[in-house]
Amino acid sequence: MTYDFDAWRARSPYYDESHDALAESVRRFVEREVEPHIDQWEADRQLPRELHKKASEAGILGLNYPEEFGGHSEGFDIFHGMVVTNELARVGAGGLGASLMTHGIGLPPILAIGSDEMKKQIAPPVLAGDKIIALGITEPSGGSDVANLQTRAVRDRDDYIVNGQKMFITSGVRCDYMTTAVRTGGDGAGGISLLLIEMDRPGVSRTALEKMGWHCSDTAAIYFDDVRVPAENLIGQENGGFIGIMRNFNRERLGLAMGCCAFARVCLEEAADWARERKTFGKPLAGHQVIRVKLADMARRIGATQAWVDQCAWAEQEGKGQPADFAMLKVQATEMLERVARDAAQVLGGASYLQGSKVERIYREVRVNAIGGGSEEIMLDLAGRQLFGGNR
Amino acid sequence: MKILVPVKRVIDYNVKPRVKADGSGVDLANVKMSMNPFDEISVEEAIRLKEAGKAEEIVAVSVGPAKAQETLRTALAMGADRAILVQTDDEVEPLAVAKILKAIVEAEDPGLVILGKQAIDDDSNQTGQMLAALLGWGQGTFANTVEVGDGTIDVKREIDGGLQTVQLKLPAIVTTDLRLNEPRYASLPNIMKAKSKPLDQKTPADYGVDTAPRLTTSKVTEPPKREAGEILEDVDTLVAKLKEMGVA
Repeated sequence: MTYDFDAWRARSPYYDESHDALAESVRRFVEREVEPHIDQWEADRQLPRELHKKASEAGILGLNYPEEFGGHSEGFDIFHGMVVTNELARVGAGGLGASLMTHGIGLPPILAIGSDEMKKQIAPPVLAGDKIIALGITEPSGGSDVANLQTRAVRDRDDYIVNGQKMFITSGVRCDYMTTAVRTGGDGAGGISLLLIEMDRPGVSRTALEKMGWHCSDTAAIYFDDVRVPAENLIGQENGGFIGIMRNFNRERLGLAMGCCAFARVCLEEAADWARERKTFGKPLAGHQVIRVKLADMARRIGATQAWVDQCAWAEQEGKGQPADFAMLKVQATEMLERVARDAAQVLGGASYLQGSKVERIYREVRVNAIGGGSEEIMLDLAGRQLFGGNR
Repeated sequence: MKILVPVKRVIDYNVKPRVKADGSGVDLANVKMSMNPFDEISVEEAIRLKEAGKAEEIVAVSVGPAKAQETLRTALAMGADRAILVQTDDEVEPLAVAKILKAIVEAEDPGLVILGKQAIDDDSNQTGQMLAALLGWGQGTFANTVEVGDGTIDVKREIDGGLQTVQLKLPAIVTTDLRLNEPRYASLPNIMKAKSKPLDQKTPADYGVDTAPRLTTSKVTEPPKREAGEILEDVDTLVAKLKEMGVA
């Protein structure tokens, strides 16, 4: 038995031949439609819109969304989502999954608590890849402290008038819609609403942000200056937005953790291939004890984390998912990736420091995983409060 | 019209093949295998003809080991209606495959057989032509475009000088070239549907075909390693060098 990228799934009780077939299909898509262009898109600082269209036609965008809106959910289980995340990560550029699949965070609040009219209007073009939807929660004043966000929407007859700004918005440069958290009421979580804002409304402006990694994913600061939004754009109840934001988090953290396992596997695969080929002191690198021990240690960390990812995924599917588990899982996954990316870089040596190597890119993208979607510190504090500290 | 689409399970086109230490062939142990890319194009073309109302049923066939079922399931997930696996663990040469396909054609009576122009493992480029000869059917090889008419099919072929259009009487054999279409990706609902589509299992003996190889492979070697290039200072040096090599 030798190491390969796909071996982990073969001995797992959660994955069968339908997961393999879907993985195969998505891998074909990535090989043909993504790999030849990814370096260009990284340089362009965004994905082309045609890619969303192609991903829709390939059945990737609509996976696990209702048929009536152009999605397909027949036969879906949560592990199909896991293999799609795994395959999208294989190209070694985290911006791909982040930006191509932004609807995975922008659309669910609308489908969960939005009006039927809004679902019919927004979901089909998004799932068809014709429109891009983003999620706007974080502000310059703070990210994880959602309950204290400052962007304000004031009711004026049939409209809301929105003022404020959003920060670090994934797909923020290109998005047509943004599911936006705004303050419509008093202080705290009970004063927050979700508002669908069309980005071509007068008073909306945006600035692209340059980042350490995720280069092919456009990220923006977005400004609202007396933006007039019809009241029917309210998603769910006024001042009832906090729940809509929170209900998404388990799956988002699960997806991030799965992505970390996949990126770590890419690192290990790159390091292992290099270690078998590169000769030093008369034998392949992998023939040196210090190197093969390092590789085995990487495989050990990935295997343990993947096992917990799969178990949490199963719990979520069974309706038994606990927020504390997903918060801790995300920390487990990002710390694992940080270590594995480092070890891969050590095995590859100078080659890992050159731009264009997958390990170089993943190494840079460790930070966005460890900070985005809830920083490690916030995650552990959340878990600690739930498990040990009461709600104080 | 029924369309028969033979597909082959081959080493994945992204895998760098390694030659076995004894030089007897390519090492296939633990190597990723997939549908031959030209066969994906055949399946796609058959599905497009069906979608355009030119065909009613698509039957995918594979001759190979039990694992070739996965390849047939891929064809079914793309849109083929049913599949036949002719199972054998032996290496089968194009002539044996063509004989088996002839027997299947006689049993199934398709109006059209669409095959990949070649498989990327042995690059034989023979099966379609041999099948046409055995059946006495017309053949349109290296198809760039196909158009089904009334009892005929127009095949635009990729040839050295450009494109050549031939008109064949149906039933006929078409082999696909790279630019005929872009194959679709199997979506999850179609993958699930494919699980319940019929897949018949046969053996070469069921068709009375002897698959014993007619050829002997004497040796398989890695292609020679490409030498590193040399960067020259200026054009004069380049010209001198080319003259020295006798190419200028």
